[in-house]
Amino acid sequence: MRLLNASGCLDALTAPEVAAALDVFVTKTVTPKPRAGNAPVRIAETDVGMLNSIGLANAGLDRFVQETLPRLSRLPVPVWVSVGGFSAEDYAASCAVLDACAEVAAIELNVSCPNVEAPWASAWEIVAAARRETGKELYAKLSPSVPDIATVAVAASEAGADGLSLVNTMRGMSLDPRTLRPTLGTGSGGLSGPALRPIALAAVHACAQATDLPIVGMGGVSSGRHTLEFLAAGASSVALGTVLFSDPGAPGRIRTELSAEADELGLASIDNAIGAAFRMPAGVLEGAAVTKPPKSKNRSISGAILS
Amino acid sequence: MAERMRPRQEQLVVVGNEPVGSYTLLRVARGPVDPGQPGQFFMLATRERLLPRPMSLCLAPAGELGFLIDPIGPGTRGLCDAARGERITVFGPLGHGFRLDVAHPVIVGGGIGMAPLPFLAERLPGAPALLGFRSRELAEASALLPGAEVVVEPTLVTEPLTSLLASEGDITPFACGPEPMLRAVGALSPRARLAWEAPMACGYGACFGCAVAVDGALVRLCVEGPVLEAARVEVAVLPAGGLRSPSGAASLASRGKAAA
Repeated sequence: MRLLNASGCLDALTAPEVAAALDVFVTKTVTPKPRAGNAPVRIAETDVGMLNSIGLANAGLDRFVQETLPRLSRLPVPVWVSVGGFSAEDYAASCAVLDACAEVAAIELNVSCPNVEAPWASAWEIVAAARRETGKELYAKLSPSVPDIATVAVAASEAGADGLSLVNTMRGMSLDPRTLRPTLGTGSGGLSGPALRPIALAAVHACAQATDLPIVGMGGVSSGRHTLEFLAAGASSVALGTVLFSDPGAPGRIRTELSAEADELGLASIDNAIGAAFRMPAGVLEGAAVTKPPKSKNRSISGAILS
Repeated sequence: MAERMRPRQEQLVVVGNEPVGSYTLLRVARGPVDPGQPGQFFMLATRERLLPRPMSLCLAPAGELGFLIDPIGPGTRGLCDAARGERITVFGPLGHGFRLDVAHPVIVGGGIGMAPLPFLAERLPGAPALLGFRSRELAEASALLPGAEVVVEPTLVTEPLTSLLASEGDITPFACGPEPMLRAVGALSPRARLAWEAPMACGYGACFGCAVAVDGALVRLCVEGPVLEAARVEVAVLPAGGLRSPSGAASLASRGKAAA
């Protein structure tokens, strides 16, 4: 089990000690050109989660490679670079540049940011274009805002993805209590935090059945128990997002809690919980080996997506 | 500039929660947390809310940290309702506070923007202080800054500041308040040191909620600021009308002061 941060939820340069407490650091999404991001207000709290509308604010790929990446290479953990864009060519061009960077351990394709007109339906096209340009590990980060996320996961797999990051935020809105106008400058934004957790868990569960790809599960994880649940649903890694905003010490705390959860369940290793949700009879963990969840049949749909 | 203290996250005990006009002065036992420099801020959290709220330090009496809070939303109300003996999560000090290296400082505050100014005044002995408020009830908070010249709307705090600048041109305003006030102070004095506020979820550079354009580049107020020289900030990128609208409507980030 590896613990990561969700892209956009941590800056390792301003908080290197937090990044060092993870197993992998994932960068904020980098786009080919600089982006100022969306107009304020960019974040809002709701009773069940947090909304953000940052708008992929970043300095662009050139400055990232020249200025940020060398500094990130001093981290004691591998660096994954999150890549965003507005066409498959954008992703491919970024991957070609990053392929030459030894500091980059893997690339996460942000094919699902809800704050831009993201082409989620062309996941296959994006992954395939990226695949042609890099031999580095490629993770496809998917949106849960689709009728059948497993279909998208299979498309990403067939296009050459090495893994899945599940899930990105869902679109949400809050209104100012006095003016009754949207709180966020863009009206709506990405909902993260507790409300996203059951949705993400279902997405992980569905994609673990549909593909053999390793899964990084994320969405509202704020405790060891939550982490355990994502593992049981089929993730082999778990990423922390919103919780990092309120608790920079979350990685260490969650590891401690996870260890206690494993002890309580009598697991020799927390990895023994991976895929537990698929094992029958339900709830039997004792001595369980890591098993592949059953794979659904007839999931090859990438042709349908492209047609 | 003084060396920045490493921020700490601690559970601190509430030792007092007292009304100051319409605001509340929340006092917590300091524990191992350093008060930092005036203008720096802390993220304060109760268990009831998902995200912490940024608050600049108002007072730093021995063994305590004091925060002046305007209870305008669920997060700030929760902090104001925290009972004596209850623990709240405190993370800080964060950001860059006021650089104090000027010969003739003048302290300027507007509304809840006066929050960091009592602590600042301790470090700037003898500096004149000007405070502006929308109402007499709000102006009761000026008791935390004895000797300050206080104006109430329709008089704006920029009026006595303009007079002071005319008579003593060599002064540097240290200001905190609503964004239109900061704009006006910056227009009067480009070298003014202004404490800005913006909604932020984390306070340590992770969320990008508080990013603004400074010197032509996108920076996070929680990392580069919240105190910046007036001439550096392209205020046009801040939300039109300010983060604190005339109706008092505001976003997530509390109004305990200006760091958001």
